[in-house]
Amino acid sequence: ALEYQKAAAEFTATDKLTPEDKVTHHNNFYEFGAQKSQPAEYARNFKVDPWYLKVDGQVNNNLLLDNDDLFKQFDLEERIYRLRCVEAWSMVIPWVGFPLASLLKKADPKSSAKYVAFETLYDPKRMPGQSNRFLGGGIDYPYVEGLRMDEAMHPLTMLAVGLYGKALPGQNGAPVRLVVPWKYGFKSIKSIVSIKLTTTEPPTTWNKLAPQEYGFYANVNPKVDHPRWSQASERRITTGGLFASNRIATLPFNGYADEVASLYKDMDLTRYY
Amino acid sequence: MTQNQKVFTLKTFIHLAALTPVIWLYLSAFSDGLGADPVQYVIHFTGKGALNLLLITLCVSPLAQKFKQGWLMQVRRLLGLYSFFYAVLHLANFILFDLQNNWSLFINEVIKRPYITIGMVALLLLTALSVTSFNALRRKMGRNWQKLHNWVYVILLLVCVHYIWSVKANISQPLIYFMLAFVLLALRYKKFSRILPSSR
Repeated sequence: ALEYQKAAAEFTATDKLTPEDKVTHHNNFYEFGAQKSQPAEYARNFKVDPWYLKVDGQVNNNLLLDNDDLFKQFDLEERIYRLRCVEAWSMVIPWVGFPLASLLKKADPKSSAKYVAFETLYDPKRMPGQSNRFLGGGIDYPYVEGLRMDEAMHPLTMLAVGLYGKALPGQNGAPVRLVVPWKYGFKSIKSIVSIKLTTTEPPTTWNKLAPQEYGFYANVNPKVDHPRWSQASERRITTGGLFASNRIATLPFNGYADEVASLYKDMDLTRYY
Repeated sequence: MTQNQKVFTLKTFIHLAALTPVIWLYLSAFSDGLGADPVQYVIHFTGKGALNLLLITLCVSPLAQKFKQGWLMQVRRLLGLYSFFYAVLHLANFILFDLQNNWSLFINEVIKRPYITIGMVALLLLTALSVTSFNALRRKMGRNWQKLHNWVYVILLLVCVHYIWSVKANISQPLIYFMLAFVLLALRYKKFSRILPSSR
């Protein structure tokens, strides 16, 4: 079990939680299989120790954290966030982690740092989807993601090392993953080994694969449809079978508009989707 | 076994093989036994089931010809109707459980999303074939019946396109279906050169 505090109310959604076994058995993590149930199966023996997360690029202090550091260098807190998948389903998850800003401040960003580039582990032996096109969906590995500097420094943006009070299971992105609750889930990159501060906008995996469907920003937006389905509403995954499935309206920025809408105030969000 | 007994046995088997999965599917779905998202599961299961049954239906006449088993043709309609049955469930799952009876959203989606549009076109065509599949109507329609039912090949291609356009990244499975469809169409090249005179 992890040692952590409960976060302040502003980081604690009051929606009904998605049960733990649903959070851990319904995953998009193509490194362990492109079907939702596969990551739980193929990540069962995923070893995260040793693990090295490096922070470099436009910083004054390069950092290298091992698995232990991830759990000990920062005060861990539990935050309950809504997670909205771009596929129009959503969950409510109690994460354990720390603000990404705490880590970045340690690295002391230079003023030239404008973006943050993240990279997932590339190790086809440990991540079978990376060596098997059929299992891994044939996307380009390693998985990469990115944020603008102000998004990365936002207090809502966190690095999670646990959920439901325990260290992250492999299928949820062990040992450390990003959680950006106002963006579609694919931005919240899993099993991170590299964080690099950059001067230009970094490439992102789904954007490279289908730029007309997935943008760099990927802010949850009920008014901008995915080309193949509406984003105006979502199915909340809680408990129970077919009849319990609950379609609810999708909120701008996934309900975090008060906190983050100002980051995008002069942007045309239909263009920067 | 007489031929009638063979037909009866095979039809019994088809009923069991087609209905058992459906009963299992909905019992599991309502008792929360299909993973975190039963909605996606039942939609995919019935959609793939409809396509599988359509492919099996189209295997009947090449098999009957190749092995000189004319009686096999008597189960083809049943297989086709089960494909239609699965396709109707597929649509019903989408409307009832995914969109949850939001009909304006449904109409919107059919108009705005090409993969749903052609899926609906395929289902409407399949409906036309299903309601005209009975012997009395077949006799009444004469030569038009065959003309109408040749649309099954168009339906097959529409469904394959519907499938490949619906997936997010991994198109390996839909490509396999395209290959199977191509084989089944290629087996009928003589028929196509007859009904499509312009291709000569």
